[in-house]
Amino acid sequence: MSTVTKATAPAGPGRASAPGPGVVRRFIEGDLASLRVFVVLGLIWAVFQFENSHFLTAENLTNLFLQITAVGLISVGVVYVLLLGEIDLSVGAVSGLASAVTAVLNVKHGWSPYTAILAGIVVGLVIGAVQGFLSTQFGIPSFVVTLAGLLTWQGALLKVLGDTGTVNLTDPKITGLANTFYSDTVSWIIGIGVIAIYGGGTLLAWRKRVAAGLADQDLRGPLIRVVLVAAATIAAILVVTADRGLPLAVLILLAFVAGMEYTATRTRFGRHVFAVGGNAEAARRAGIHINAVRIAVFSIAGSMAAIGGILAASRLLAVNQNSGGSDLLLLAIAGPVIAGTSLFGGRGSVWTALLGALVIGSISNGMDLLALDSSVKYMVTGGVLLVAVIVDALARRQRQAAGRV
Amino acid sequence: MSSNTPVLALKGVSKRFGAVQALDGVDFEVAAGEVVGLVGDNGAGKSTLVKTISGIYSPDAGEFHFEGKPVSIDGANAATALGIATVYQDLALCDNLDVVANLFLGREKLAGGTGLLTRRLDEPEMERRSAELLSNLAVTIPSLRSEVGTLSGGQRQQVAVARSLLGEPKLVLLDEPTAALGVAQTAQVLTLIKRLRERGLGVVVISHNLSDVFDVTDRIFVLRLGRREASFVTASATNEEVVAAITGARHRKPADDDVVGGGR
Repeated sequence: MSTVTKATAPAGPGRASAPGPGVVRRFIEGDLASLRVFVVLGLIWAVFQFENSHFLTAENLTNLFLQITAVGLISVGVVYVLLLGEIDLSVGAVSGLASAVTAVLNVKHGWSPYTAILAGIVVGLVIGAVQGFLSTQFGIPSFVVTLAGLLTWQGALLKVLGDTGTVNLTDPKITGLANTFYSDTVSWIIGIGVIAIYGGGTLLAWRKRVAAGLADQDLRGPLIRVVLVAAATIAAILVVTADRGLPLAVLILLAFVAGMEYTATRTRFGRHVFAVGGNAEAARRAGIHINAVRIAVFSIAGSMAAIGGILAASRLLAVNQNSGGSDLLLLAIAGPVIAGTSLFGGRGSVWTALLGALVIGSISNGMDLLALDSSVKYMVTGGVLLVAVIVDALARRQRQAAGRV
Repeated sequence: MSSNTPVLALKGVSKRFGAVQALDGVDFEVAAGEVVGLVGDNGAGKSTLVKTISGIYSPDAGEFHFEGKPVSIDGANAATALGIATVYQDLALCDNLDVVANLFLGREKLAGGTGLLTRRLDEPEMERRSAELLSNLAVTIPSLRSEVGTLSGGQRQQVAVARSLLGEPKLVLLDEPTAALGVAQTAQVLTLIKRLRERGLGVVVISHNLSDVFDVTDRIFVLRLGRREASFVTASATNEEVVAAITGARHRKPADDDVVGGGR
């Protein structure tokens, strides 16, 4: 595990490292945490496939994708909070409350599915903004504010659900979120569209670098990335079309992951999130409104929790008193950490929300196939999380030893 | 190289914290293309003076003239708007971001017009301008895309100084720029300070290290107990004189008024 390549030899002023091996090295370094998790995922899949040949069938993989959508969506918001070096313990409870608001408004008050869903998301957004405001305004650790939130919103969930305790969803627009599958043709069109957009965007960015006369004009790095993304997309479409087709829920998850990754890495706001997570004082001195960034990030976490909760409800066809409870919160935080987002802030990516959910979902799905007890499932997931955090700590120590802080 | 009107001139600046008179009627001036060393013992008022200039403290009394015009500096943003940049001792860089991101932190260049969805970071433009800036300053960094946390202390200090220049300031304040640096790295930073002078900027350097001060400054300004103790032309001053002024072993001599670039 050669995480660190010390750049000791100073090249000319402002000259990037030489092309050629540099491209490959940078590619590997930049995606090292993800590569690590791909290896882990491959191992997990190999083991379960060896134990039960049903694991890698199109049907089970499609089920796996559907199982991880809710927690993956919640994790997208959690990644942003982790990038700040903060934590949000309320996302599980918020997801339950938001889905209850949507369900009650739609079923009991006859709101249209669209406004009911929007209302649920707004509830998540407002809760996140309030928690962020309280945390920044009074200087209370987000851990405590969101812990209080966890209890509060669990109570609010019971209150909203009322005496019946369960609200069954029947509106086809809401249940359709998790139960719509696109035909093979549409699936392929979407897949090819994804490849075209990614390939075109990458090529345009490369041409812009060349036009600007910058170093590192080697086309191999971008090409490798495009080929990998295309291969993964084609493989995924092959799998889902062999079963029921591309699920809308998975498309929603992928769209949010891609959109929020873009926001994190290509926009001014995302840059400021990384800056606040890396060194809040430096960010403040650079003129960044760090409290506004924090409040925005907690609002994102609340919104994503709400969206995840609504999708979970759609899949379950109901909202009940356990919605958003149980281990949902912990899995939503564990996922990104397993996949390489640092708990210390400033390092990570939105893709870890997807990858982490895949790892945890695969363990859970595989153990269900093997008819193993929940006790084993929890302990194995806990073990994987522990190993992931130890690896993160070791990588951090290695960085420090090499002079990176 | 120094022009006659100082970039910044302070007259009779005072600042009191409770019972402590941190600054007591201090006169201070920096000309364009001039490096002024600000020295004094701990508690002499160096940091208070710099923070007053950079807008963090508001003075109790005194006049500010920036490029000959009377100004009042209310807050750090007002100082930045005037063209005063401050590089702090603790660097204030984000270790997890690369050199380009740090240089442009808080003033990122955007591409894609004004649309909320199309507007994005203009990385090629920022990288191109970073390369240009660093090569103008002859700063050598392994790669513009390396994380700042991987750089040496001297490189980090040079990045911090270079960053202050992106706002096109007229006056740069450097707080202990060579503290905690090795010999070679100190030399790099001192060379960079000389380049700032060549670019016609006014530079104020706070330092405890007198050999650095003698190496790089045109004038040495000594504060003692919140007062202007002495001001020397570096070329004609001796180490002993400056030390005596810092410690207060020497009192008012004619040489005190030996000021260069004095438009007054």
